[in-house]
Amino acid sequence: MKSDEKQYELKIPSQTDNLELIRDFVSKVSAKVGFHDDDVDKIQIAVDEACTNVIKHAYDKEGEDHIGIIIKIDYQKLAIIVTDRGKGFDPKTLELPRMEAYLAELRVGGLGIYLMKTLMDEVNYDIQPGVRNEVRMVKYLLKDKNEKINFTSDTSQ
Amino acid sequence: MTGFEVTQKMNQDIAVLYLKGFLDAHTAPDLEKAFKDLIEEHKYNILVNFFDLDYISSAGLGVFMGFIEKIRENNGDIRMSNMTPKVFKIFDLLGFPKLYRIFKNEQEALTSFTE
Repeated sequence: MKSDEKQYELKIPSQTDNLELIRDFVSKVSAKVGFHDDDVDKIQIAVDEACTNVIKHAYDKEGEDHIGIIIKIDYQKLAIIVTDRGKGFDPKTLELPRMEAYLAELRVGGLGIYLMKTLMDEVNYDIQPGVRNEVRMVKYLLKDKNEKINFTSDTSQ
Repeated sequence: MTGFEVTQKMNQDIAVLYLKGFLDAHTAPDLEKAFKDLIEEHKYNILVNFFDLDYISSAGLGVFMGFIEKIRENNGDIRMSNMTPKVFKIFDLLGFPKLYRIFKNEQEALTSFTE
Protein backbone atom coordinates (compact mmCIF):
# COMPACT_ATOMS: atom_id res chain seq x y z
CA MET A 1 0.00 0.00 0.00
CA LYS A 2 1.26 3.49 -0.87
CA SER A 3 1.79 5.77 2.11
CA ASP A 4 -0.98 8.18 1.07
CA GLU A 5 -3.48 5.33 0.64
CA LYS A 6 -5.89 4.09 3.29
CA GLN A 7 -7.66 0.77 3.17
CA TYR A 8 -10.84 -0.49 4.85
CA GLU A 9 -12.10 -4.06 4.58
CA LEU A 10 -15.21 -6.02 5.39
CA LYS A 11 -15.69 -9.77 4.91
CA ILE A 12 -19.25 -10.85 5.35
CA PRO A 13 -21.47 -13.89 4.66
CA SER A 14 -23.15 -13.72 1.26
CA GLN A 15 -26.71 -13.09 2.47
CA THR A 16 -29.24 -10.43 1.57
CA ASP A 17 -29.85 -9.65 5.25
CA ASN A 18 -26.30 -8.28 5.34
CA LEU A 19 -26.93 -5.67 2.62
CA GLU A 20 -27.92 -3.05 5.16
CA LEU A 21 -24.72 -3.63 7.09
CA ILE A 22 -22.68 -3.37 3.88
CA ARG A 23 -24.39 -0.09 2.95
CA ASP A 24 -23.70 1.34 6.41
CA PHE A 25 -20.03 0.41 6.16
CA VAL A 26 -19.62 1.91 2.70
CA SER A 27 -21.58 5.11 3.50
CA LYS A 28 -19.69 5.81 6.69
CA VAL A 29 -16.29 5.38 5.07
CA SER A 30 -17.28 7.50 2.03
CA ALA A 31 -18.63 10.30 4.23
CA LYS A 32 -15.58 10.16 6.47
CA VAL A 33 -13.21 10.82 3.57
CA GLY A 34 -15.17 13.82 2.35
CA PHE A 35 -17.77 12.73 -0.20
CA HIS A 36 -20.95 14.80 -0.18
CA ASP A 37 -24.26 13.15 0.71
CA ASP A 38 -25.23 12.93 -2.93
CA ASP A 39 -22.12 10.95 -3.84
CA VAL A 40 -22.35 8.84 -0.67
CA ASP A 41 -25.84 7.79 -1.80
CA LYS A 42 -24.55 6.87 -5.26
CA ILE A 43 -21.64 4.83 -3.90
CA GLN A 44 -23.95 3.04 -1.48
CA ILE A 45 -26.38 1.97 -4.21
CA ALA A 46 -23.60 0.86 -6.58
CA VAL A 47 -22.07 -1.37 -3.88
CA ASP A 48 -25.49 -2.75 -2.91
CA GLU A 49 -26.05 -3.70 -6.57
CA ALA A 50 -22.63 -5.37 -6.89
CA CYS A 51 -23.14 -7.35 -3.66
CA THR A 52 -26.72 -8.31 -4.59
CA ASN A 53 -25.34 -9.75 -7.84
CA VAL A 54 -22.83 -11.83 -5.88
CA ILE A 55 -25.50 -13.11 -3.47
CA LYS A 56 -27.96 -13.95 -6.26
CA HIS A 57 -25.62 -15.24 -8.96
CA ALA A 58 -22.11 -16.10 -7.75
CA TYR A 59 -23.03 -18.76 -5.22
CA ASP A 60 -25.70 -21.44 -5.38
CA LYS A 61 -27.05 -20.86 -1.89
CA GLU A 62 -27.34 -17.80 0.32
CA GLY A 63 -24.72 -17.74 3.07
CA GLU A 64 -22.68 -20.47 1.37
CA ASP A 65 -19.60 -18.26 1.23
CA HIS A 66 -18.41 -14.71 1.75
CA ILE A 67 -18.31 -11.37 -0.01
CA GLY A 68 -15.25 -9.21 0.43
CA ILE A 69 -15.56 -5.44 0.30
CA ILE A 70 -12.32 -3.52 0.14
CA ILE A 71 -12.29 0.27 0.05
CA LYS A 72 -9.08 1.99 -0.98
CA ILE A 73 -8.79 5.73 -0.58
CA ASP A 74 -6.12 8.04 -1.85
CA TYR A 75 -6.13 11.80 -2.23
CA GLN A 76 -8.22 11.86 -5.34
CA LYS A 77 -10.44 8.81 -5.41
CA LEU A 78 -12.20 5.99 -3.67
CA ALA A 79 -11.96 2.52 -5.18
CA ILE A 80 -14.31 -0.20 -3.97
CA ILE A 81 -13.47 -3.78 -4.80
CA VAL A 82 -16.20 -6.36 -4.30
CA THR A 83 -14.84 -9.91 -4.36
CA ASP A 84 -16.23 -13.41 -4.29
CA ARG A 85 -14.99 -16.88 -5.21
CA GLY A 86 -18.17 -18.07 -6.84
CA LYS A 87 -18.90 -19.19 -10.34
CA GLY A 88 -18.14 -15.85 -12.05
CA PHE A 89 -19.41 -14.60 -15.38
CA ASP A 90 -18.13 -13.32 -18.70
CA PRO A 91 -18.09 -9.51 -18.54
CA LYS A 92 -18.30 -9.39 -22.35
CA THR A 93 -21.79 -10.85 -22.18
CA LEU A 94 -22.99 -8.12 -19.84
CA GLU A 95 -25.14 -5.81 -21.84
CA LEU A 96 -25.97 -2.39 -20.62
CA PRO A 97 -29.72 -2.10 -21.15
CA ARG A 98 -30.96 0.68 -23.41
CA MET A 99 -33.38 2.10 -20.92
CA GLU A 100 -36.03 3.25 -23.36
CA ALA A 101 -36.37 -0.15 -25.00
CA TYR A 102 -36.06 -1.78 -21.61
CA LEU A 103 -38.99 0.15 -20.16
CA ALA A 104 -41.08 -0.36 -23.29
CA GLU A 105 -40.69 -4.11 -22.86
CA LEU A 106 -41.44 -3.93 -19.12
CA ARG A 107 -38.49 -6.19 -18.39
CA VAL A 108 -37.58 -7.26 -14.89
CA GLY A 109 -34.04 -7.38 -13.54
CA GLY A 110 -30.75 -6.29 -15.07
CA LEU A 111 -31.14 -2.75 -13.77
CA GLY A 112 -28.32 -3.20 -11.25
CA ILE A 113 -25.52 -3.13 -13.82
CA TYR A 114 -27.02 -0.02 -15.37
CA LEU A 115 -27.09 1.71 -11.99
CA MET A 116 -23.50 0.71 -11.16
CA LYS A 117 -22.19 2.09 -14.46
CA THR A 118 -24.24 5.26 -14.21
CA LEU A 119 -23.54 6.06 -10.57
CA MET A 120 -19.80 5.37 -10.52
CA ASP A 121 -17.01 6.92 -12.61
CA GLU A 122 -15.42 3.57 -13.52
CA VAL A 123 -16.53 -0.07 -13.31
CA ASN A 124 -14.19 -2.92 -14.23
CA TYR A 125 -14.21 -6.68 -13.78
CA ASP A 126 -11.53 -9.27 -13.20
CA ILE A 127 -13.06 -12.74 -13.29
CA GLN A 128 -11.37 -15.98 -12.24
CA PRO A 129 -14.26 -18.38 -11.60
CA GLY A 130 -14.03 -20.28 -8.32
CA VAL A 131 -10.84 -18.47 -7.38
CA ARG A 132 -11.44 -14.75 -7.20
CA ASN A 133 -13.95 -12.62 -9.04
CA GLU A 134 -13.61 -8.91 -8.65
CA VAL A 135 -15.76 -5.91 -9.48
CA ARG A 136 -13.79 -2.71 -9.10
CA MET A 137 -15.65 0.59 -8.96
CA VAL A 138 -14.11 4.01 -8.70
CA LYS A 139 -15.51 7.38 -7.67
CA TYR A 140 -13.37 10.49 -7.91
CA LEU A 141 -13.50 13.01 -5.11
CA LEU A 142 -13.21 15.76 -7.69
CA LYS A 143 -14.75 15.85 -11.13
CA ASP A 144 -11.38 16.52 -12.70
CA LYS A 145 -9.57 13.19 -12.40
CA ASN A 146 -6.15 14.82 -12.73
CA GLU A 147 -6.60 17.31 -9.96
CA LYS A 148 -5.45 16.25 -6.52
CA ILE A 149 -7.01 17.48 -3.36
CA ASN A 150 -4.61 19.54 -1.37
CA PHE A 151 -5.89 19.28 2.16
CA THR A 152 -3.83 22.23 3.36
CA SER A 153 -4.88 24.72 0.69
CA ASP A 154 -7.53 27.38 1.09
CA THR A 155 -10.61 25.94 -0.61
CA SER A 156 -11.98 29.41 -1.40
CA GLN A 157 -9.23 30.00 -3.97
CA MET B 1 -31.63 -3.26 11.87
CA THR B 2 -34.27 -0.88 10.62
CA GLY B 3 -35.62 -3.11 7.87
CA PHE B 4 -38.70 -2.48 5.79
CA GLU B 5 -42.42 -2.28 6.36
CA VAL B 6 -45.36 -2.18 4.01
CA THR B 7 -48.85 -1.36 5.28
CA GLN B 8 -52.08 -1.11 3.36
CA LYS B 9 -55.17 1.05 3.59
CA MET B 10 -58.20 1.15 1.29
CA ASN B 11 -59.42 4.51 0.06
CA GLN B 12 -62.68 3.66 -1.69
CA ASP B 13 -61.56 1.31 -4.48
CA ILE B 14 -57.92 2.39 -4.35
CA ALA B 15 -55.45 0.33 -2.35
CA VAL B 16 -52.77 2.56 -0.83
CA LEU B 17 -49.47 0.92 0.12
CA TYR B 18 -47.28 2.80 2.58
CA LEU B 19 -43.60 1.91 2.34
CA LYS B 20 -41.19 2.48 5.18
CA GLY B 21 -37.46 1.88 5.59
CA PHE B 22 -35.13 0.20 3.15
CA LEU B 23 -36.26 -1.57 -0.01
CA ASP B 24 -33.49 -3.85 -1.26
CA ALA B 25 -32.96 -7.46 -2.37
CA HIS B 26 -33.65 -8.63 1.17
CA THR B 27 -36.92 -6.77 1.67
CA ALA B 28 -38.27 -6.75 -1.92
CA PRO B 29 -40.11 -10.10 -1.35
CA ASP B 30 -42.29 -8.32 1.28
CA LEU B 31 -43.44 -5.79 -1.31
CA GLU B 32 -43.90 -8.57 -3.87
CA LYS B 33 -46.20 -10.34 -1.45
CA ALA B 34 -48.24 -7.17 -0.92
CA PHE B 35 -48.77 -6.84 -4.70
CA LYS B 36 -49.60 -10.54 -5.08
CA ASP B 37 -52.22 -10.26 -2.34
CA LEU B 38 -53.82 -7.23 -3.99
CA ILE B 39 -53.95 -8.96 -7.37
CA GLU B 40 -55.50 -12.05 -5.80
CA GLU B 41 -58.17 -9.80 -4.35
CA HIS B 42 -58.64 -8.17 -7.78
CA LYS B 43 -57.56 -4.81 -6.45
CA TYR B 44 -55.88 -3.23 -9.45
CA ASN B 45 -55.97 0.47 -8.57
CA ILE B 46 -52.88 0.84 -6.46
CA LEU B 47 -51.18 3.90 -5.07
CA VAL B 48 -47.77 3.54 -3.46
CA ASN B 49 -46.90 6.22 -0.92
CA PHE B 50 -43.11 6.53 -0.52
CA PHE B 51 -43.11 9.09 2.30
CA ASP B 52 -41.19 6.95 4.80
CA LEU B 53 -39.04 5.07 2.32
CA ASP B 54 -35.38 5.92 2.89
CA TYR B 55 -33.75 3.75 0.27
CA ILE B 56 -34.45 1.78 -2.89
CA SER B 57 -32.19 -0.44 -5.01
CA SER B 58 -32.88 -2.13 -8.33
CA ALA B 59 -34.39 -5.14 -6.55
CA GLY B 60 -37.13 -2.83 -5.26
CA LEU B 61 -37.62 -1.17 -8.65
CA GLY B 62 -37.91 -4.62 -10.21
CA VAL B 63 -41.00 -5.35 -8.11
CA PHE B 64 -42.95 -2.54 -9.82
CA MET B 65 -41.77 -3.75 -13.22
CA GLY B 66 -42.88 -7.27 -12.34
CA PHE B 67 -46.52 -6.36 -11.70
CA ILE B 68 -47.32 -3.35 -13.87
CA GLU B 69 -48.23 -5.33 -16.98
CA LYS B 70 -50.69 -7.61 -15.22
CA ILE B 71 -52.26 -4.66 -13.39
CA ARG B 72 -52.71 -2.56 -16.54
CA GLU B 73 -54.16 -5.54 -18.42
CA ASN B 74 -56.89 -5.43 -15.78
CA ASN B 75 -57.53 -1.72 -16.34
CA GLY B 76 -55.70 -0.78 -13.17
CA ASP B 77 -52.52 1.15 -12.52
CA ILE B 78 -49.67 1.55 -10.06
CA ARG B 79 -49.27 5.24 -9.22
CA MET B 80 -46.79 6.75 -6.81
CA SER B 81 -46.56 9.69 -4.43
CA ASN B 82 -44.51 11.42 -1.71
CA MET B 83 -41.05 10.36 -2.89
CA THR B 84 -38.04 11.89 -1.15
CA PRO B 85 -35.58 13.53 -3.58
CA LYS B 86 -33.11 10.67 -2.93
CA VAL B 87 -35.58 7.98 -3.97
CA PHE B 88 -36.95 10.03 -6.88
CA LYS B 89 -33.42 10.44 -8.27
CA ILE B 90 -33.10 6.69 -8.74
CA PHE B 91 -36.48 6.43 -10.43
CA ASP B 92 -35.57 9.37 -12.65
CA LEU B 93 -32.15 7.96 -13.54
CA LEU B 94 -33.81 4.84 -14.91
CA GLY B 95 -36.48 6.74 -16.83
CA PHE B 96 -39.31 5.41 -14.66
CA PRO B 97 -41.29 8.70 -14.70
CA LYS B 98 -42.07 7.86 -18.34
CA LEU B 99 -43.69 4.63 -17.29
CA TYR B 100 -45.32 5.52 -13.96
CA ARG B 101 -47.32 8.56 -12.90
CA ILE B 102 -45.59 10.06 -9.87
CA PHE B 103 -47.40 12.68 -7.77
CA LYS B 104 -46.24 15.14 -5.15
CA ASN B 105 -48.78 14.04 -2.57
CA GLU B 106 -51.30 11.31 -1.87
CA GLN B 107 -54.37 13.47 -2.50
CA GLU B 108 -53.27 14.42 -6.03
CA ALA B 109 -52.55 10.78 -6.76
CA LEU B 110 -55.92 9.62 -5.42
CA THR B 111 -57.76 12.28 -7.48
CA SER B 112 -55.94 11.13 -10.61
CA PHE B 113 -57.72 7.76 -10.43
CA THR B 114 -61.08 9.51 -10.83
CA GLU B 115 -60.03 11.51 -13.91
